[in-house]
Amino acid sequence: MSVLVRIPTPLQKLVGDQAELQVEAGTLRDVVSRIAEQNPEVKQRLLDDSGELRRFVNVYVNEEDVRFLQKLDTPLKDGDEVSIVPAIAGG
Amino acid sequence: MSDSTSPAPPGAEASPAAASTAFNGHATHRSIPSYLKNPSVDAPINRLKGLKCRECGSTYPLEPKHVCEFCFGPLEVDYDYDAIAGIISRERIQSGPYSIWRYADLLPVEGPPRVDLSVGFTPLVRADRLAQRLGIKNLYIKNDTANPTWSFKDRVVSVALSRAVEFGFDTAACASTGNLANSVAAHAAHAGLKCFVFIPADLEAGKVMNSLVYGPNVVAVRGNYDEVNRLCSEIADRTNWAFVNVNLRPYYSEGSKTLAYEVAEQLGWRAPDHVVVPIASGSLLTKVHKGFNEFKKLGLIEDTPIKISGAQAEGCSPVAQAFASGADFVKPVKPDTIAKSLAIGNPADGIYALDVMRGSGGSAAMVNDEEIIEGIKLLAETEGIFTETAGGVTIGVLKKLVEQGKINADETTVAYITGIGLKTQEALAGRVGEPLQIEPNLSSFEKALKEKLG
Repeated sequence: MSVLVRIPTPLQKLVGDQAELQVEAGTLRDVVSRIAEQNPEVKQRLLDDSGELRRFVNVYVNEEDVRFLQKLDTPLKDGDEVSIVPAIAGG
Repeated sequence: MSDSTSPAPPGAEASPAAASTAFNGHATHRSIPSYLKNPSVDAPINRLKGLKCRECGSTYPLEPKHVCEFCFGPLEVDYDYDAIAGIISRERIQSGPYSIWRYADLLPVEGPPRVDLSVGFTPLVRADRLAQRLGIKNLYIKNDTANPTWSFKDRVVSVALSRAVEFGFDTAACASTGNLANSVAAHAAHAGLKCFVFIPADLEAGKVMNSLVYGPNVVAVRGNYDEVNRLCSEIADRTNWAFVNVNLRPYYSEGSKTLAYEVAEQLGWRAPDHVVVPIASGSLLTKVHKGFNEFKKLGLIEDTPIKISGAQAEGCSPVAQAFASGADFVKPVKPDTIAKSLAIGNPADGIYALDVMRGSGGSAAMVNDEEIIEGIKLLAETEGIFTETAGGVTIGVLKKLVEQGKINADETTVAYITGIGLKTQEALAGRVGEPLQIEPNLSSFEKALKEKLG
């Protein structure tokens, strides 16, 4: 499955200053692995010691928070859009 | 200091209009621009060390940045408290302006406040009639409806946009449930900044009007606040705008500390025993805690224990639910409540709010929509203060905590009322009675009075 991944500023340096990446992935976990192939540091930034998403990392698939889906196991289909967004304050 | 550590964002330059409003346009009802005489704003010391990640401790220079590059944790302003202790005193504060800027030594701006509508120093009202109704003895209401745009958001925005002008931004922006948009729009107008505010499309009419009047670009997003928030985070990545609660968040959130400073000063330089604070993102509650702690650390008040309790609406209560279940994480929810200003399902500082409530011996509670309306009416009828739905949540939770024995009758308790009821009139439709309709003559009045009195 080919999906579009939006990379937030703090990670862009690690992936050649790109704001968006097109990757082949069946689940969100695959997405993290694919990006980490470019730079293994990406995994450390996104995942905690137990291999789950860090608590301040929000990931959305087609605008839905993956904590309402299947977190890292969320299945992806062709054309899906994945956004990685740091937590932000109230308003 | 600002020149070496605060690089302006590329392409952004301070507009002449923004710079020239630093001392102009300041003739408000508090007409003495006394901060001009306040030594705190031009003290030749470095109060600010930089930014520091709250999670992993990584440090950064003072720049428009809110997320740690290493762990994605939130960045906070790191102060040199030894330097501040050397200059701050009760007398120095008291000689400052009647606004948040009397506490400038503890706020993350370098020079005099650049964007100042004379925010803060709002009334702390002794609430004996409400206290009596609830069965407690020492209750105060911090009435933060008495701000330029009628909510506590003016505190955070005055700080954030003062900093934004120092950084050289020419455009102010925010993601908002309404009050923040109102405040950003007003302060941007005052400073001559361009302005974009993003709000959920289903906001109360009063909150939309109170942004539109200042002439910003109001963008109504068909989605809930969490979706607006996520979108703004993505937009902030692609623009050179000062998003007060995104890239300026470390500066912005510090403004809320003044709600603690003022209460301590207004109580005669002492801390209350218990405070009740509404929770949306959890930022306000954690900063109120930080504010009292800073005053203790600097010897401005005695180090007495303060219980910090949090208030949420049942229809959006991820933090209160985590508190009740003993969880050490906050599970996001999809909000469904009339308290739209608290409708943040994915609270960024929820985990820190939990830590503060537990660590201070405070509590958390939630109230339903009916209890929110009752809370609004109770405060209005007993104390003459008309709050918005968030204040209804606070008063409803205050009542609940007293009933549960979590607030003792003798404790000096402060409830924070953070916004005005005129902006959320929809919530009270059909719930506050009707005027007596009469003809312009005495007999009609007497007839109506007789019917009214039964």
